[in-house]
Amino acid sequence: MSRTLGKIVAVGVITLLILSANEVFAQDGDTYVIRGATIHTVSSEPVKNGTIILRGGRIVAIGQNVDIPSGAQTIDGTGKHVYPGMIDAFSQLGLTEIGSVAATNDATEMGRFNPHLNAHTAIHPASEHIPVARANGITHTLAAPGGSGSGITGQATLVHLDGWTVEEMEIEKSAAMVMTWPSLATRGGRFGGFGGGGGRRSFDEVKRRFDEQVEEMDDWLVAAQHYKQALDAGSTRLGRDLQLENLTRVLDRGMKVIVRANGHREIESAIEFAGKWNLDIVIAGASGARKVIDLLAEKSVAVILGPVQRLPSNQDDPYDDPNTLPGLLADAGVEIAFATFGSSDSRTLPYEAANSVSWGLAKDDAFEAITLGPARILGVADRLGSLEVGKVGNVIVTDGDPLEITTNIEHVFVRGVPSDLDNKHNRLWEEYKNRPLKAKAVTTT
Amino acid sequence: MRQFCLLALGLALTVVGKAAAQDTPVLIRGATILTAADAGKIENGAILFENGRISAVGLASDVQAPSNATVIDGTDKFVTPGIIDAHSHIAAESINEGSVSVSSMVSVMDVIDPTDIAIYREAAGGTTTSHVMHGSANPIGGQNAVIKHRWGEDAGGLLFQGAPPTIKFALGENPKRSRSAGTGQPQRYPASRMGVMDVIRQAFVEATEYRREWDAYEDRREGGDRGAIPPRRDLKLDPLVDILNGSLSVHAHSYRADEILQLMRVAEEFGFRIHTFQHVLEGYRVADEMAEHGAHASTFSDWWAYKVEAYEAIPHNAAIMTERGVVVSINSDSGEEGRHLNQEAAKTMKWGGLTEAQALALVTINPAIQLMIDDRVGSIEVGKDADVVLWENYPLSSYAKVRTTYVDGNVVFDVDQDREMRVRIAEEKAELRETLGEDEKEETGTRGGNR
Repeated sequence: MSRTLGKIVAVGVITLLILSANEVFAQDGDTYVIRGATIHTVSSEPVKNGTIILRGGRIVAIGQNVDIPSGAQTIDGTGKHVYPGMIDAFSQLGLTEIGSVAATNDATEMGRFNPHLNAHTAIHPASEHIPVARANGITHTLAAPGGSGSGITGQATLVHLDGWTVEEMEIEKSAAMVMTWPSLATRGGRFGGFGGGGGRRSFDEVKRRFDEQVEEMDDWLVAAQHYKQALDAGSTRLGRDLQLENLTRVLDRGMKVIVRANGHREIESAIEFAGKWNLDIVIAGASGARKVIDLLAEKSVAVILGPVQRLPSNQDDPYDDPNTLPGLLADAGVEIAFATFGSSDSRTLPYEAANSVSWGLAKDDAFEAITLGPARILGVADRLGSLEVGKVGNVIVTDGDPLEITTNIEHVFVRGVPSDLDNKHNRLWEEYKNRPLKAKAVTTT
Repeated sequence: MRQFCLLALGLALTVVGKAAAQDTPVLIRGATILTAADAGKIENGAILFENGRISAVGLASDVQAPSNATVIDGTDKFVTPGIIDAHSHIAAESINEGSVSVSSMVSVMDVIDPTDIAIYREAAGGTTTSHVMHGSANPIGGQNAVIKHRWGEDAGGLLFQGAPPTIKFALGENPKRSRSAGTGQPQRYPASRMGVMDVIRQAFVEATEYRREWDAYEDRREGGDRGAIPPRRDLKLDPLVDILNGSLSVHAHSYRADEILQLMRVAEEFGFRIHTFQHVLEGYRVADEMAEHGAHASTFSDWWAYKVEAYEAIPHNAAIMTERGVVVSINSDSGEEGRHLNQEAAKTMKWGGLTEAQALALVTINPAIQLMIDDRVGSIEVGKDADVVLWENYPLSSYAKVRTTYVDGNVVFDVDQDREMRVRIAEEKAELRETLGEDEKEETGTRGGNR
C-alpha cells in the first residue's frame, strides 16, 4: 500500500491545463482549498456553503467555518459541488488499449488457474484511457484480469487513476483474487455482424461440465490448504509453488475473492463454495441475481454490478430488468457497487448508475454505489469513498449532479493534488475544432 | 430501364402489410413538447393525433380535443418525436452476405424478423423507426430496410412504406479482414484500403458500361428497332445503376478520415454522391470536405478504442461536424444502444457543447433527413405521422424514462401495459412448461449483451 505522496506533479489550479512549464513537486505542506461550495460527503449530510481543505494528500478539514491557511491555493466553489472521486469497481483500465489488437491486451493470460498473476504487473500508467476516465471524475479503479473461461483468474489491483508509475498509483496491490465461475448457459451469445452464435447443448451435458469445473476449483483450494498446512508445520521439503502460495492468501478470508458469475444458479453455487471454504466473497456481474436477492442478503454477500445499460439476460425478461435490479438489491440490504468491466467506457460509470434511479434506486444510493459502496466492498472505506477528515484527498468539483450526463467535472484531485484534465479526446477536439475552414479547391494545371 | 430497376428494388416490397389504423384520437395535454421543428420547445403544450397523424400541436390552451379523444395528463412530463435510429441491425435474420466483395444484389428487406424482441425493447426506449442495415463485410454491401417499430405486425407490416431505398458500403478494417486467413475460409479480395477503393471503382466501371448498354438498347427501341436485343439483366449491377442515377442512396460504413475522403472522390469520379457516412468516427477531421460533397454523417456518441480505426474517435465528433454544416445523427448499431439514443444524444451537449435542440435533432429530424423520410417523421408537426414519445421526465438525461411510445398513433409501448403483459407472459410460460413437462432448471437464455 503506497500512501506516500512521492513525486507528484502539482500545478496551480489556474494553470491546470498547462502542465509543462511550472512543474513542482508537492510537499506535505501543499494545501488546496475549495470554498463556498456544496460539499457532498456521501457519509453524512451535505455541507452547504462549505469549505474543504486538502493537505499532504489528505482531507484535513470540512465545514462552514474553517480557517483557511495562508499560502493555500484556493478555488472559489460558489455554485459548485464537491464530491468524492468515483471508483470503477471492476475494470480493465491500464490493461488494454485497443480492443481488437491482441498486442495491446494484457488483461487475459493463457490457462485457467492463475492465482499467482497480478494485474499490477501489467498496468500501463500512460494508457490513453486513464486520463479520459479521470477527466470525468473517475479517480480510482479496481484493475482486474479477465479470464478465458472459468477458473482462478488472477489478482486485481486497486489504483488511483493518476501517477507516473504503477507504484504511485497503487492503493492495494492485491486487492482481490478474481475467480470466474463456470456457466450453466446452454447457448452461446448471439453475435451480430459477422454471423455465428454458439450451438445449443443439452442441460445435462452443461451441468456435468459445470460440476467438473467446480470440482477443479475445489481441488485447487484443497491443494492450497495442504500447502499452507505444510508451510505452517515448517516443512523443509516443500518446493516453492507460486500458484499455491498466492492462493493460500484467500483462505481464512485473508484476501477478498471476487467471483464473476451472472446466472442465479451460478451465484448460488459460488456462495455455497465460499461457505464451504470460508472465503470472503463478492459477486461480480450478477445480471441474473434477481432470483437470489434474499440469499445474497442473508449471507451478506456484496455485488459488483456490470453496466445497467445492457440487454436483459433472457428473451422473456422484462425490458427494464437491468434497470430495476440495483434498486431491488439495495432494498434488500445487499451492498452494491457499479462497474463498467471495461476500459475505454469507464467514464460512463456515473450514467450507468443513474440508469437505475428512475427504476427504484435512490439517487444518493446510486452515487454511493460508485464511491463509498465500492470502498466498503474492497475494504478501503477507512481511506476512500467519502469526504471525511483524514481520508485520501480524492475529490471532484462539478457544476452539478455528477450522475447527470450534462454535468461538467471542473476539477479533479487525486491524493490531494490537482490532476490534469487534459486527455486525448480534448486535445483532438481543440485541434480540429480550430481547423481553419477549408479553402475552396485550388485548381492546378 | 429505370422502370425495371425500380421494379427490381420493389421485389422485396411485395409483402407489404397494412399497419393497424389508430382507433381513437389521443390528446396529451400539459406536457413540455420538444418538437425538433421550428416551434422548438413548447411549455405547457398539447399534442393531438388522430388516424395516425398529428393533427394539432401548440399551447395546451389552444388545442381542443374531439369528444371521443383519449386525454392524457402530461403535467411534468415531456413529449418528443419518436426516436429514429439511422443504423441498426435488429429484426433481421441475417446481416452479412460476406462471401463476395460486392453484394448489392441482396437485401435485408428479404430477411426481416418481426419476432425480434429488440423491436419492442427499443420502442420501450422511445425508438420508433430503425434503418436496418446490411453488415460491413464487403466494400459494396446489400440493400437495407427502414422499419417502424410496429411490434406485433408481420415483416411486411414493419416496413416503412415509401421510405426511399438505401444500400450499404463499407470501408476500412471490416471489409479488409472479412473471410481472410484464420477463418478456414478462402481469402477474399480486398485485404487493404487500396483494394477496398478498387473494388468500388471496378464495380462502377462495370455499372457504367452496363448502363450504357441499356441506354443504347433503349435508344434503339425508341428509334423503332423492334429487333433490338436487351442486354442480360444483372441483379448485382441494377442497384449500382440506381446509385449512378441518384435513386438509391449510399450509406457508407467508415472510420478514418482518409477513407472517407477517398470514397467521396471515387463517387465524384462516377458522378454520384455518398448520401451518409456511417460511424464516421474521424469525420471531425474532414467535416468541411463532407459538407462540400453534401454527405451526411451518422455516428456514435462516445465509443472508441475497440479497434485501431476507432482509436482517434472523440465524443466531440458529432458537435464538430454539426458546427461545420454536416447533417449529423447519433445511431446505435446495437439492440442495446437503440434503447437509449436520447441519452447518447445528450452526451453531445456535454462533449462539444451542442444545444438541447441540436442534440435532440441528432436522434429525430436529422436521421429522418438522412433516410429521406423527414416529410413523414422526425419532428412534431401537423400532418406528420403520429410517432410520438411521452417521457416521465426530461429526455436528454441519464434519468430519462419512457412512459408511452406511439407509432402511427398506436401504443407500441406503455409502462402500465408492460406490467400487465408480464403477468400474462408468466402465466403462459408456466402453462407451456407444464405442457412440455420441462423443469425450470432447463431454463437458459442467451447472455446479456455488453457492447
